[in-house]
Amino acid sequence: MEIITINPISFKYSKMNLAKIKSSSGYLSKYGIFIAFAAICILLSIASPYFFTAQNILIVLRQVSINGILAIGVTFVIIAGGIDLSLGSVLALTGVVAASFAHPGTYALIVPVMLGILTGVIIGAINGLTITLGKVAPFIVTLGMMTIARGLALVWSDGRPVTNLSPAFNYIGGGDFLHIPVPILLFVLVIIVSAVILNYTRIGRYIYAVGGNENAARASGIRVNGVKLFAYMMCSGLAGLAGIILASRITTGQPNAGIAYELDAIAAVVIGGTSLLGGRGSIAGTVIGVLIIGVINNGLDLLNVTSYYQQIIKGVIIIGAVLLDRKNAQ
Amino acid sequence: MNPAYLLRAENISKSFPGVKALDNVQLHVEKGKVHAVMGENGAGKSTLMKILIGMYAPDAGQIIYKEQPIAFKSVHDALKAGFSMIHQELLPFPELSVAENIFMGNEPTTIIPGWINRKKRNGDAQLLVDQLGLQINVTRRMKTLSIAEMQMVEIAKALSNKAALIIMDEPTSAISDRETAVLFDMIRDLKQQGIAIIYISHKMDEILGIADTISVMRDGKYIATHPVGAINKEGLISLIVGRELNTIFEKRNIIPGAVALSVKDLTGAKFRDISFSVRRGEILGIAGLMGAGRTEIVNAIFGLDRLYKGTIAVKGKPVTIRSPKDAIRYGIGLITEDRKSTGLVLSATVKHNITLAALKSCCNGPFIEMQKERGIAEQQMQRFAIKTPSVNQVVNFLSGGNQQKIVLAKVLLNDPDIIILDEPTRGIDIGAKTEIYRLMNGLAAKGKAIIMISSELPEILGMSDRILVVHNGMIKAELNGAEATQEKIMQYAMM
Repeated sequence: MEIITINPISFKYSKMNLAKIKSSSGYLSKYGIFIAFAAICILLSIASPYFFTAQNILIVLRQVSINGILAIGVTFVIIAGGIDLSLGSVLALTGVVAASFAHPGTYALIVPVMLGILTGVIIGAINGLTITLGKVAPFIVTLGMMTIARGLALVWSDGRPVTNLSPAFNYIGGGDFLHIPVPILLFVLVIIVSAVILNYTRIGRYIYAVGGNENAARASGIRVNGVKLFAYMMCSGLAGLAGIILASRITTGQPNAGIAYELDAIAAVVIGGTSLLGGRGSIAGTVIGVLIIGVINNGLDLLNVTSYYQQIIKGVIIIGAVLLDRKNAQ
Repeated sequence: MNPAYLLRAENISKSFPGVKALDNVQLHVEKGKVHAVMGENGAGKSTLMKILIGMYAPDAGQIIYKEQPIAFKSVHDALKAGFSMIHQELLPFPELSVAENIFMGNEPTTIIPGWINRKKRNGDAQLLVDQLGLQINVTRRMKTLSIAEMQMVEIAKALSNKAALIIMDEPTSAISDRETAVLFDMIRDLKQQGIAIIYISHKMDEILGIADTISVMRDGKYIATHPVGAINKEGLISLIVGRELNTIFEKRNIIPGAVALSVKDLTGAKFRDISFSVRRGEILGIAGLMGAGRTEIVNAIFGLDRLYKGTIAVKGKPVTIRSPKDAIRYGIGLITEDRKSTGLVLSATVKHNITLAALKSCCNGPFIEMQKERGIAEQQMQRFAIKTPSVNQVVNFLSGGNQQKIVLAKVLLNDPDIIILDEPTRGIDIGAKTEIYRLMNGLAAKGKAIIMISSELPEILGMSDRILVVHNGMIKAELNGAEATQEKIMQYAMM
C-alpha cells in the first residue's frame, strides 16, 4: 500500500473545531438506561423483600427469555433500518410445526428443533426477499406476513392445539440444567452469539452501515440486499427458537400463541436505545430493555398491582425511556 | 450610530457545551445592500445566522433592528419581523404545490377561520413568481422543480412574508453558473426594493461580483468588515485563513503512462455515446453544468447506476461491472458527489467509516481484528490529516472538510488505481481544499489515473491535464489543460 502524506498546511490547531465535537458517548446517555434499570431494581427490592431473592430472579429470567430472544432477533432488523411485525405469528407457526414432529416415539429431538428454526428462517427469507427484490416497505411486508404466518399456523394444526409431546421436547422449555432453567441458558447463548456477530464480524458491521446509510453502504461495495436478507433470516430464525421454547414450556403447539408478542419485543429494543431509524443500537441495550419490562411485570405482580395498571405503567416506561434518550442525545 | 443600518448585531456571544461558538461578534447590515459573510467552515457563520433568525438565543450581546433592540423567541417571531433565511439545504414540501409552499404557515384565509382561500393563495403566489421573472405555474408540485427553481420559490416565499432581510446560505452551491446569473439579477432587484441581504458563500469571485460589503469571521471571532472595492481576493483569503496563501494549484510535470481506464459508447438513462480514456498519472477533468449527466456517467462506470450499452476496459481488459463491489475489485474508487447521502454513514464512527469499504483487510475470516482495524484507521487519520479527537468520534459532528477527508481515506484505503472524484471540494473551506488538491497531485505522481468532476472552473483549469466538457449527456469537447480557458469551457457547456 502506498503512502501519500498530506502536508497539513492548514493544520492550524483549532481548539474550537475540536471542542465543538459533541461528546456522543457521555456517561449519562450511554449508561442512563443501565442506571434506570438499577434504580427500578432497588426500588422494587425495598417495596418487596421477596423481589431480590435467587428464586425470584430465576423466575424473572425465565419469564423474559422468550421475549428476550424475539427482541434480540428484531434488534438485527431494526439496526439494519427495517422492522418485523410478523414475530408473534412466526413464533406460533414454528411452535406448531415443531410440536407436530415432537410426539413421543416419533422423531429424535433434533428433528422438531431444526424444523422449527428452519421454518422461521424460511419465513425470514421470504420477508427479506420481498423487501429487497420487491422493494416493498418492511412495515407492509411483515404486516402481511403477520397474518400469513398466523393463517399457516392454523392451517397446519387444523386450528387445534398440538399436544402429547415427548419429555425430551418438553425439557427445552421446562427443564433445568445445573439448577438453571434451560430457556435462560438458551437466552444467554443467543445474547453471546448475537453480540459477537454484531460487534466482531463483518456482517455485523455491515448491518450498522446499511441501517445508517444504505446508499453509502452500497457505494462502499457492500451487498446491501444480502445484508438485509441476513438480518430478516436471523430475526425469524430466532423467532423460531422462541416458538420451540414456548411450545415446550406449555407442552403444546398453540396456533393462537404469541399474539402481539412483536410489540413487546420492539418495545424492549426501543427502551434499550436502539434507533427505529436504523444504524444505532446494541444487544446490551436490548437485554436491559427486556429486563426492565420483565422486572416491572414481576415487581408489580409481587406488589399485587392489577394487570390493568401494569399495562399503563409499561407504556409510560416505554415513552419515558425514549424521552430520556432524546434528552441525553441533545 | 449610522441610522442607515437596518440591523446591528453587537457583541454577540454564544457557547455550546464545551465550546465558545461566537465570541463578541458584530455585524452591521445596511438597507438595500448585499452583505457577504465569509469564513472557513466552523468560523461561526451559521451560528450567527441562526441567532439572527431566532433559532438560538445569544448568551450575550444585542440585536438592534431599525434602532429597536429585539429578541426573537422563535423562527416564527423572526419571520413576522421580516427576517427570512434561505437554507443551503432547501427544506421544501415536495408533494405540495408551489403556491402551498410559498404560503406555508401564512395562508390567506376566508371568513371562516382556518379555511384556506385557495383562489387568493394561488393568485398571489403566481403574482409573486411572475414578479421574480420565473416561468413556473404555481400549481405544479414542488418536487417537479429544479434546485435552482426551488431556491427562487424560497425567495418568493420570503417576499410573501414581506421580508426586509433575507439571509442566503451558500445559495449557489448546487446550481449552475447560468442559474447563478439569474439569481444575481434577482438579488439586484431585491436591493432596489430596499431589501437587505446577508450572503454566505465560499466562492470568492461570486462575492466580489455581488456583495457591497464583506465581513470576515474566523474561529468564532469577528475579524473585519470591508467595502467590496477596498479589498482584493488575496487580501480576503489571508483574512479568512489568517495567513498568506500562495497559489493553491501546484504545477505538475507528469508524463502520462499507459491507459488505465477506457470506456466506449456508454449509454445510460441520462447520457449517451460516452467514450474517453484516462492514463496513469493523468488528471482528467470533467466539466459541465449541474444536471449535464456527469455524475450519472461516473456512477454507471462504478456500478451504482445501470448502463444500457457500452464497454468498459480496465488496463486494456474489458470488464463487466454490475455493482460497486465489482468496480472496487477492478481497482476503481469513487468519491461520490454528496458525502452526506452517499459517502458516509453519519451515525457511525470515524474508524468504522474509514474501514467500511476495505473491512476484509482488517478481518480474520468473518471476524474483525479490532487492534488491526484501529491501527489502520489511525494511520489513515494521520495520512489525511483528519482532525478528530479520536477514531471513535461519530462523523456527524465533524466539519465538512474533515468529513470529505474521511470519504477519501475510506476510498483510498483500497488503494485503487483509478480514482474518480465527483465534486471533491464542494462546501469545504479553502484550507481543506488545498490539502485535497495536494493529495490528488500526489496520487497522480504515484501513477494513479484520476478523473475529477467539478463545477468550479478554476478548480477544473488548475488541476486537469485534459478536460472533457459534458452537455446534455454527451461529450461536447475535449480540451487540453494548457489551452483551456473558462470561456471555452462555458461555451461548450452551454451550447
